[in-house]
Amino acid sequence: MGVEGIGARVVRKEDKRFITGKGRYVDDIKLVGMTHAHFIRSPHAHAKVKKIDSSAALKMPGVVAVLTGQQLVDDKVGNLICGWAITSKDGSPMKMGAWPAMAPETVRFVGQAVAVVIADSKNLARDAAEAVVVDYEELPAVADVHAAIKSGAPQLHPEAPGNQVYDWVIGDEGATDAAFAKAANVVKLDVTNNRLAPNAMEPRAAIADYDAAEEHFTLYTTSQNPHVARLVLSAFYNIAPEHKLRVIAPDVGGGFGSKIFIYPEEMVALWASKKVGRPVKWTGDRTEAFLTDAHGRDHVTHAEMAFDANNKITGLKVKTYANFGAYMSLFSSSVPTYLYATLLSGQYNIPAIHAEVIGVYTNTTPVDAYRGAGRPEASYLIERLMETAARQLKVDPAALRRTNFITQFPHQTPVIMAYDTGDFNASLDAAMKAIDYAGFAARKAQAKSQGKLRGIGVSCYIEACGIAPSKAVGSLGAGVGLWESAEVRVNPVGTIEILTGSHSHGQGHETTFCQLVADRLGVPISQVSIVHGDTDKVQFGMGTYGSRSAAVGLTAILKAMEKMESKAKKIAAHALEASEADIVIENGEFKVTGTDKAIAFPMVALAAYTAHNLPDGMEPGLKESAFYDPSNFTFPAGTYICELEVDPGTGKTSFVNFVAADDFGRLINPMIVEGQVHGGLVQGIGQALLEHAIYDANGQPVTASFMDYAMPRADDVPSFNLSHTTTLCPGNPLGIKGCGEAGAIGASAAVINAITDAIGKNNLEMPATPDRVWRTIHAA
Amino acid sequence: MYQTTYHRASSVDEAASLFGKSSDAKFLAGGQTLLPVMKQRLASPSDVIDLGKIKELQGVELSGDTLTIKAATTYYDIMTNADVKKAIPAIAYLTSVLGDPAVRYRGTIGGSIANNDPAADFPAALLALGATVKTNKRSIAADDFFKGLFTTALEDGEIITAVSFPVPAKAGYEKMRHPASRFALTGVFVAQTKSGDVRVAATGASQSGVMRVPAIEAALKANWSPSAIDNVSISASGLLADIHGTAEYRANLVKVMAQRAVAAAG
Ligand SMILES: Cc1cc2nc3c(=O)[nH]c(=O)nc-3n(C[C@H](O)[C@H](O)[C@H](O)COP(=O)(O)OP(=O)(O)OC[C@H]3O[C@@H](n4cnc5c(N)ncnc54)[C@H](O)[C@@H]3O)c2cc1C
Repeated sequence: MGVEGIGARVVRKEDKRFITGKGRYVDDIKLVGMTHAHFIRSPHAHAKVKKIDSSAALKMPGVVAVLTGQQLVDDKVGNLICGWAITSKDGSPMKMGAWPAMAPETVRFVGQAVAVVIADSKNLARDAAEAVVVDYEELPAVADVHAAIKSGAPQLHPEAPGNQVYDWVIGDEGATDAAFAKAANVVKLDVTNNRLAPNAMEPRAAIADYDAAEEHFTLYTTSQNPHVARLVLSAFYNIAPEHKLRVIAPDVGGGFGSKIFIYPEEMVALWASKKVGRPVKWTGDRTEAFLTDAHGRDHVTHAEMAFDANNKITGLKVKTYANFGAYMSLFSSSVPTYLYATLLSGQYNIPAIHAEVIGVYTNTTPVDAYRGAGRPEASYLIERLMETAARQLKVDPAALRRTNFITQFPHQTPVIMAYDTGDFNASLDAAMKAIDYAGFAARKAQAKSQGKLRGIGVSCYIEACGIAPSKAVGSLGAGVGLWESAEVRVNPVGTIEILTGSHSHGQGHETTFCQLVADRLGVPISQVSIVHGDTDKVQFGMGTYGSRSAAVGLTAILKAMEKMESKAKKIAAHALEASEADIVIENGEFKVTGTDKAIAFPMVALAAYTAHNLPDGMEPGLKESAFYDPSNFTFPAGTYICELEVDPGTGKTSFVNFVAADDFGRLINPMIVEGQVHGGLVQGIGQALLEHAIYDANGQPVTASFMDYAMPRADDVPSFNLSHTTTLCPGNPLGIKGCGEAGAIGASAAVINAITDAIGKNNLEMPATPDRVWRTIHAA
Repeated sequence: MYQTTYHRASSVDEAASLFGKSSDAKFLAGGQTLLPVMKQRLASPSDVIDLGKIKELQGVELSGDTLTIKAATTYYDIMTNADVKKAIPAIAYLTSVLGDPAVRYRGTIGGSIANNDPAADFPAALLALGATVKTNKRSIAADDFFKGLFTTALEDGEIITAVSFPVPAKAGYEKMRHPASRFALTGVFVAQTKSGDVRVAATGASQSGVMRVPAIEAALKANWSPSAIDNVSISASGLLADIHGTAEYRANLVKVMAQRAVAAAG
């Protein structure tokens, strides 16, 4: 592997800049003549906008403009789109209401923008915003999915009667019913998957700069996928054609999915910059992040699992209500359908599955993909069901899982996915060994003698990453292809620039992507730089989400590298008067195999650019590109086991141990992988114990600051014990599965299974706050 | 934040006179409450008078059976002070579980009690220990100082200069942290005075702010031990209820925290 190659724990190149405060985030950018935007947001969950009076604000010093939703309509700026079409079980397309970037008539969630003030400074814009008088007529609101689907509930959009976006099904209902009819045992469970606020460290921000002479826009924005942003902004929102719009996503401080989507603020900033003839900057604050960044999860599910007399699963029935909030965000429709129900087979052989998903509008912040997106909801459901089943069938939870594991690959599930490889027993074994599962009973007894309730919880997750084969997702309704592109540019001195469509907002691409190059060429990673996040530099790309950057993005780089190396070998062979087939690349040199004849890589590069002595007919230069479209999803899987203690006096949970045994396929940089797992586990534990975005019955957010929304802190989580059981992914040449979301997908169920084991009561919703646990312990 | 005028006072008298001259002034100590509120534009003082650099408001003194903590002493300085640790270690402990390091480096005892957040830690210590609040005008017994949510006996422009605590025979504090803010979801401070009296105060629990808990005081007076509280019943009525804790849960916490505080006090 070499000291900097694949598999090496290379320290992150980008950290010097981040740790020394030299990162360049959108808010750090200041343009000449820049104005500042402050949005005026609805304090009501549902209201008619009767009148907006900005006359007083317009007279205030430094105020450039006050723009409203009606002006957006007048200028024919398009509404926000949802990019994945879902068809209901009756064959009808999903039913969506329009989402204008600023509401001209009706607001449908607290925080929705109705107008924007543009001023010389941020404070002046904020002062002026207070002088804008918006006359609202309040309407009845609904925040809860069950309340929203009741007859007589407040209606959000005329296009979606009954607040229903779709009623979608997957699987074979007849076969599933038949399995249940013959079942020896049926296990039933109701679960809520709590709504989460993503809380990236850097709030969203945008700077739009219109060049009237060139009729060209530049947008600096906090995006996980700047090319997709450009595509959507130009194709659907009428901002500018793609070649007249440059989107730059510089350093971005975390996304967790929330920065995939195109939001109203960047659209308005672009439009406003042309209207006022000056650059417009908007930087969200934490309150705006809580109110307007797409939330995650929010499912209410009833599920039943059928078992035969040998404790083999024979069928699974699932009915889920998914809360979409007030509008359909960019990929929202796909999350509770193709990213959720297709993973309901878990790690298990389940012959028949039927799932129904009802998408519901409520007067809350829109919900979309958040770390794991659909897969945490599926994994949590299945792993809570398995635990419930083990308790009901009185068998060891690990043994019940083992009885039902898929062991033959490839394996076609009844819900679309074809698992390519895996070894579920290996990760279960590794985790059980790491936590000393066998010794648990003795530890539990010991804890009991000290007045503590000790529990252990298993979670065997599987997820689909490496999103995704374009043809497959296209057939399921996706509006885009999900390939990735890369370009390898070798400079005449032999340094290398890798241009990638992946976007790093914490993942460490600037290190791991260089490691691939170092591995192949034997050059130090200091000779390689990674270029990303600028549509003027990188030709196209689909961005980073769904743990796709290594499996898809890095494979595209590999393909481009192979092309570049092939040409370089020809040049080397020509220079060394050898046959191309005899050239091998070692330690930065191109060698004739079995001889001491060699030429250093920089000399090959120089030869390509001087072009003095190239093979006949060869073009000068050394630059290649590739587009890579994966042939299948990848399937990271693993087992998490958590051991904890509950204090019966307070209901407080303390961790004793948390082990993770993951199969991510090949690891490029184990240190970075561990960081990804740590972060994911903390988010999964956060969901299980702390985090919950709550609305009251009238749609008022109750948790719009860190004083109320409990983010996990370092002392809330244990020190993790990580290990890997590897099966290489056969779907891509590097054998990579992906590691970005696993922790968030698998952790919650392990925690809740452990707490319910500790307290001896199976029904406990997330987040398992001390209050909730205490009440569950002491409930009759 | 709205525009405001900042003044750095060098003495208590100067601070008081600056206050008198401004139309709508606020004193600033650690800023851990005032500044977030101003940033959110929920407060718009015309003038901000900083007490943080006034020498006479800094430091801790132990003389005989009285521990005096000056108003602008930060939590961190209290937590690490040798006299505090020696005389009333429960106060050092309380400070160590207050907020986070950033808050402890800036926040002050004077700011905490002037603000009288119903979930703040220090009010429980003052009430249970029978402390005296010293101001630039008078001395106020803790029993008379806290007047309900965010309300105190302080008059407009009155400056807290110090808090003096009678050194108890035994004292302990236990706190269930609020999962998000880390204030007290409920915290209980128990103290046994040198004359054998018992005082118990709970914070974070009551709808009307920090409170004495007479039932627990009586039980502990009879028998200073955690088990003495086993059969005490705390009513949930009048207790706070929110997404992080029902009133019944807080009633339970008053009892459980009191038991643990007694255990900690020894
Ligand atoms: C993240 C966070 C977590 C926190 N967690 C906790 C916690 O766990 N427990 C807890 O108890 N508190 C907590 N706090 C609050 C913290 O203790 C504050 O420091 C305290 O409430 C105010 O003290 P300060 O010195 O910062 O006062 P400031 O914010 O400067 O002032 C607060 C108020 O007191 C007035 N004031 C200040 N000093 C005087 C004086 N000498 N005389 C008269 N009036 C005065 C000011 O005018 C102002 O009205 C937390 C705060 C934050 C931001």
